[in-house]
Amino acid sequence: MEGHYLSLLPENLPCTCDRAHDNQKVETMSTSYIYTFALIMTVVVAALLAGSKVVLEPIASKNEDIFNKRQILEAISTPLTAAGQDLASMSDDQVLEIFEKQVDQTVVSATGEPMEGMMAIEVDMAKERKKAESERMYPVYEVNFDGQSFYIFSVRGSGLWDAIWGNIALEGDMNTVAGVSFDHAGETPGLGAEIKDNAAWKAQFVGKKIYNDEGKFVSVTARKGGAIDKNHEVDGLSGATVTADGVTDMLYKGLKSYEPYMEEAETATTSMNLN
Amino acid sequence: MATTTETKIAEKEPWFSKKERVLMTDPLLDNNPITIQVLGVCSALAVTSLVYPSFVMAIAVVFVCAFANLFTSLLRNTIPKAVRLIVQLVIIATLVTLVNEALKAINYPVYKQLSVYIGLIITNCIVMGRLEAFAMANKPWRSFLDGIGNGLGYGLILIVVGFFRELFGKGTLLAGSPIPMFIIGAGEDYWIDTTTPGQWGNTLFWWYANNNLMVMSVAAMFVIAVMIWWQRSRNPKLVDIS
Repeated sequence: MEGHYLSLLPENLPCTCDRAHDNQKVETMSTSYIYTFALIMTVVVAALLAGSKVVLEPIASKNEDIFNKRQILEAISTPLTAAGQDLASMSDDQVLEIFEKQVDQTVVSATGEPMEGMMAIEVDMAKERKKAESERMYPVYEVNFDGQSFYIFSVRGSGLWDAIWGNIALEGDMNTVAGVSFDHAGETPGLGAEIKDNAAWKAQFVGKKIYNDEGKFVSVTARKGGAIDKNHEVDGLSGATVTADGVTDMLYKGLKSYEPYMEEAETATTSMNLN
Repeated sequence: MATTTETKIAEKEPWFSKKERVLMTDPLLDNNPITIQVLGVCSALAVTSLVYPSFVMAIAVVFVCAFANLFTSLLRNTIPKAVRLIVQLVIIATLVTLVNEALKAINYPVYKQLSVYIGLIITNCIVMGRLEAFAMANKPWRSFLDGIGNGLGYGLILIVVGFFRELFGKGTLLAGSPIPMFIIGAGEDYWIDTTTPGQWGNTLFWWYANNNLMVMSVAAMFVIAVMIWWQRSRNPKLVDIS
């Protein structure tokens, strides 16, 4: 009978009959036995979980660090591939090496001022988002290779179910998008999760401009039904309108908060050129 | 004397007798947790839009189901009846947390992709259903096999549903997995390229546009319903038993 569908019906629940075979055990099921059992179980389980956490946490946090750095570099995967460095086939050590040698990390305040003594990778975007806007810090990664500079900015917003976040790389002109990478906490696979999984969709961002011809900030929009403005829009995601709108919103607000920094950097480069 | 008792024990409980094999094969079809017992349907709707997440979910459920059955069965005579459901839940939750932590250390990208589902296993009715219905009354080895069998039965349905939903909804197979399906020429990991002229997919299936309904959870309902229909028309004994 066991293993059969009928075994799921209440009258076949095994507990009572099982105990009946074993009279000794029935006597031990006193209240104090239950408490002792619960106590021992709790201690054993707690020790097991704490132990596994202690052993595995250092490995996990190293993995997380590499994973985050990979995601940041993914934003410039197009120029990287063009330079003969394919991110997907790069080893973990190579990723760390690039980060150490070719990436300048800066943390900027809401007014665009660089802050001393901080690494961009240490900024927790989730925590920053809870602060008042004027107190937030923003990470900037400046990547130099093959004589080109790319600026990678981190943004964070909300999708349909949970948080979404990403990195946008701009070319040296602080206007042209060199690439994006997105991630999410819990979007539906095959629908909202496409923002991360669909390489073709992400590739559309390459070459878009975040400023219009008049120099006004417009960001990049994911339009439901397909992009109309080829300079500032990408196709929406069918079946995932809310997530795609979340991306649009995140890009607009996220990049807008970098505006003071971009302007400052722009003037710095212009004055350098004049000198 | 000693040898005879040994052979007697061996005869009494062979590790893989027909009875043991049935424990693993029965849940695949005639006692399938999803289509016959109608358990774990919610997660079958949620995770099956692509084959790859379904596949990893299946592996995780097989693991958790087998070991939760094993540990519950080992403890079955000591678990106080009054708190047995809580004890079972603690066993499941501990295993799921361990799987989660281990995955984080072993393969972080896969963990990132699946963290939501791994947590969902705790609420999967199949695991607790098997603990309550089988492991509480059976020996550890048999319970372990039953756990594997039911996990596989669940996983089989998941992968079949995922196959149809991904193929008809997105025109891909195993998208996002480390095994891209380069069966037909170019086109990323697309299995059937219906858009590029010259590809056989375009010659044969140019008229097919990806069905967005298949990507939605409701499509899993249709696919599972067709499977239930097929199974019962094949074996009329199964009609009206669930």
